[in-house]
Amino acid sequence: MLNFAIRRFLGAIPTLLILIGLAFILIRLAPGGPFDAEKQLSPEIEANLRLAYHLDEPLYRQFGRYLGNLLRGDFGPSFQYRDFSVTELIRSGFPVSLRLGGLAMLLGLVVGIFAGSIAALRQNTLTDYAVMTASMTGISIPNFVMAPVLILLFAVHLNWLPAGGLGDGDFRHLVLPIIVLALPQIAYIARLTRGSMIEVLRSDYIRTARAQGLPERTIIIRHALKPALLPVVSYLGPATAAVITGSVVIEQIFGLPGLGRYFVQGALNRDYTLVMGVVVFYGILIISFNFIVDVVYGYLDPRQKR
Amino acid sequence: MRRRRPHHHRPFCHCPFHHEIRGRYARACIVFTLVLFAACGGPVENNDSVGGLVGGVAGTELAERQVLHKGIGAEPQTLDPHRAEGVPSANILRDLFEGLVSEAPNGTLIPGAAQRWTISPDGKTYTFFLREDGRWSNGDPVTAADFVYGLRRSVDPNTLSQYSSILYPIENAEAIVLGQLPPDKLGVSAPDSLTFVIRLHAPAPYLLGLLTHSTAYPVHAPTVELHGRRFVRPGNLVSNGAYRLDEWVVQSRMKLVRNEKYRDDANTTIDVVYLYPIENADAELKRYRASELDITEGIPYQQLTWIRAHLGDEFRVSPYLGSYYFGLNVTRPPFKDSPKLRQALAMAIDRDIITMRITGAGEIAAYGWVPPVANYQGQQPEWAQWTQERRNEEARRLYREAGYSTSKPLEVEIMYNTSENHKRVSIAIASMWKQVLGVKARLANQEWKVFLETRKRKEKTEVFRDGWIGDYNDAFSFAQLMHSANELNGSGWVNPAYDALVDAATLESDMLKRAALMQEAERLLLADMPIIPIYFYVSKHLVKPWVGGYQSNIMDHHYSKNFYILKH
Repeated sequence: MLNFAIRRFLGAIPTLLILIGLAFILIRLAPGGPFDAEKQLSPEIEANLRLAYHLDEPLYRQFGRYLGNLLRGDFGPSFQYRDFSVTELIRSGFPVSLRLGGLAMLLGLVVGIFAGSIAALRQNTLTDYAVMTASMTGISIPNFVMAPVLILLFAVHLNWLPAGGLGDGDFRHLVLPIIVLALPQIAYIARLTRGSMIEVLRSDYIRTARAQGLPERTIIIRHALKPALLPVVSYLGPATAAVITGSVVIEQIFGLPGLGRYFVQGALNRDYTLVMGVVVFYGILIISFNFIVDVVYGYLDPRQKR
Repeated sequence: MRRRRPHHHRPFCHCPFHHEIRGRYARACIVFTLVLFAACGGPVENNDSVGGLVGGVAGTELAERQVLHKGIGAEPQTLDPHRAEGVPSANILRDLFEGLVSEAPNGTLIPGAAQRWTISPDGKTYTFFLREDGRWSNGDPVTAADFVYGLRRSVDPNTLSQYSSILYPIENAEAIVLGQLPPDKLGVSAPDSLTFVIRLHAPAPYLLGLLTHSTAYPVHAPTVELHGRRFVRPGNLVSNGAYRLDEWVVQSRMKLVRNEKYRDDANTTIDVVYLYPIENADAELKRYRASELDITEGIPYQQLTWIRAHLGDEFRVSPYLGSYYFGLNVTRPPFKDSPKLRQALAMAIDRDIITMRITGAGEIAAYGWVPPVANYQGQQPEWAQWTQERRNEEARRLYREAGYSTSKPLEVEIMYNTSENHKRVSIAIASMWKQVLGVKARLANQEWKVFLETRKRKEKTEVFRDGWIGDYNDAFSFAQLMHSANELNGSGWVNPAYDALVDAATLESDMLKRAALMQEAERLLLADMPIIPIYFYVSKHLVKPWVGGYQSNIMDHHYSKNFYILKH
């Protein structure tokens, strides 16, 4: 297991370097720069700005400087939010996105697995059809449609929940965003669980267990659930990616100060350092998460253990 | 071995789970829902009042909690007054700082940190007499030295101010910004702690309005020296305005609280101001409807009709110092050396349709370049008074004289920055040109930053959308834009006679003569038509009925200290 971990870790470093390099080049290729504004600068002032932010140096020198700072944990100053460093922004934005995405994933997993299992156990009954229809709706309706509808209903008309923002940080402000973010995940995970649970329940070892007279509850929980969840675990990787990217839209609509929003605003404003910082951060996150998924997979499926 | 439960007639239902799952499932749902609502609590809190203070204007009752929630549109780039640019920063800084000159709710200039001032006969020396009771939020007195420090810092190239060019009328300001002179050579001085003198190299009648801009604000020198760039953080920031900065969560909200040391604190009613940077106008509207916001920064265009119908009284529309126009790139064909074609295109646009049907918020059709500013008579071409039919006829004639016809139509590209509103205006204008003249127009749009660069380069643009918001309430803010030396002149128009008139206006101290010079310049501009004015902007805000003291003005500048919350 340790061998496996080390190998994966070493493999991640070149991936990360390529990621940083690509992001570095791409954001600078985009026309327009961080200091372009409607009210133009005189050339002298612009020259001063470029000097102060090292934009006048050749690209390789800028890249080297960036990497050097990165090793010291310094993501650089934000070009757009000029009173803050990128590190500070990520440090304040990440917990928001984490809470949002993490709770949404959790909700998605819990409700999705539950609903999918029920549907599998009551296959071809009304319950099954209801769950599958609901999940199809959840997958089909995009979150930027769902969000305003829910806001109108729960915030504007019923006044039960806030319409946006983080407020004083209380949980009420996260309820709607989490639900909107979780809905497609619930839907997809329910379908996955149902399909694979049905499959598993037909397999030989379940028949054996039944033939041996084990109580149904034990059969489901101890023997059927784990292998049924394998496809769900595989899906977790793309699911996390979907939640992270989905949160960009949600954060924009609900006005939450998360990383997704910094990413979008940074790109639009050509805030080189902020975009790079978020890319590097997400990169590390996704690589780590995939690593964890591999480990969990090994645990769930004894046949796969290395 | 446990016995199996009795057989049911449904498949897979010999799961004993049948009853237990239903029970469990239901229970789980109930628990989940309960937790959800426990977390939710009750209805959303809003500006509720318990009891009320009788007082305020005309005996109306004030709410017990004087808290204002305001949308500011976008996150400010910085709260450093000397580096700030853009409307969000300016609006916030107005509540935190006070310059020499301030503004009344209706926009007129009134004394700010200076209680009075004198202007020398040649118009080049301004002497400001500061109030004795001016105080910073930490109790230090506001002195003339603070203003000297502030203005020097503004023009210092090390501050990296992007707006310092606005201070060029001050002696040596330009040379300092360009690094040719040290900042202490700036034409400002403090003969004593309450007297502040500005020397200009030429009379600038708009100087007083200019001094309301954040670039001219004072800053607390010891704080800046101690904290450097971090002096703007809550806890560090020392301000001399009606409020001080209490909390700042980037992209979430800012909290300003009353500055008890402010010289006029007795007249400030609002205790706390929450500011929300919400870029999405739709999201802002929803939060306004949920009463989480008292004032919005703007409105979503698509919902204009709905807002008019349902929130009519709360929808505040007012002329705004800005001009929306189409620029014509006169450095290359088809608009190079073709004034008749330019005139034809300008005439063939029915501006009433554009302002009433396309934009529809109350924008004012524009035939001239300078919007209604103080002390100035906006100019218009003669055909502004004609009917649209007559204009179309004349346009066709000029179009033919320029060498175009139905067999040889003009093919042109209209470029705009990606936005639903600009698209609709461009489509409308393109179709008007087609119907009246037979012009074949292509539409192209680019993302904002890309568009800015394309427009600056002038290599590919033909017709491009443009807009200009005045920095101060004076015609010069618009006249100087079309000067050939101005890099923002996207059409590339060069007219020595125009330049001469505008330059003469900067040196003229007689207000009437100065206005006359700029008016003549504007007439020249309209005769040549390198830009096609379309409409003058209006400011659009939603304001809750319980916000008192809100007055629209042409600069759209508002000071929270003038507001109060009524009991509701």
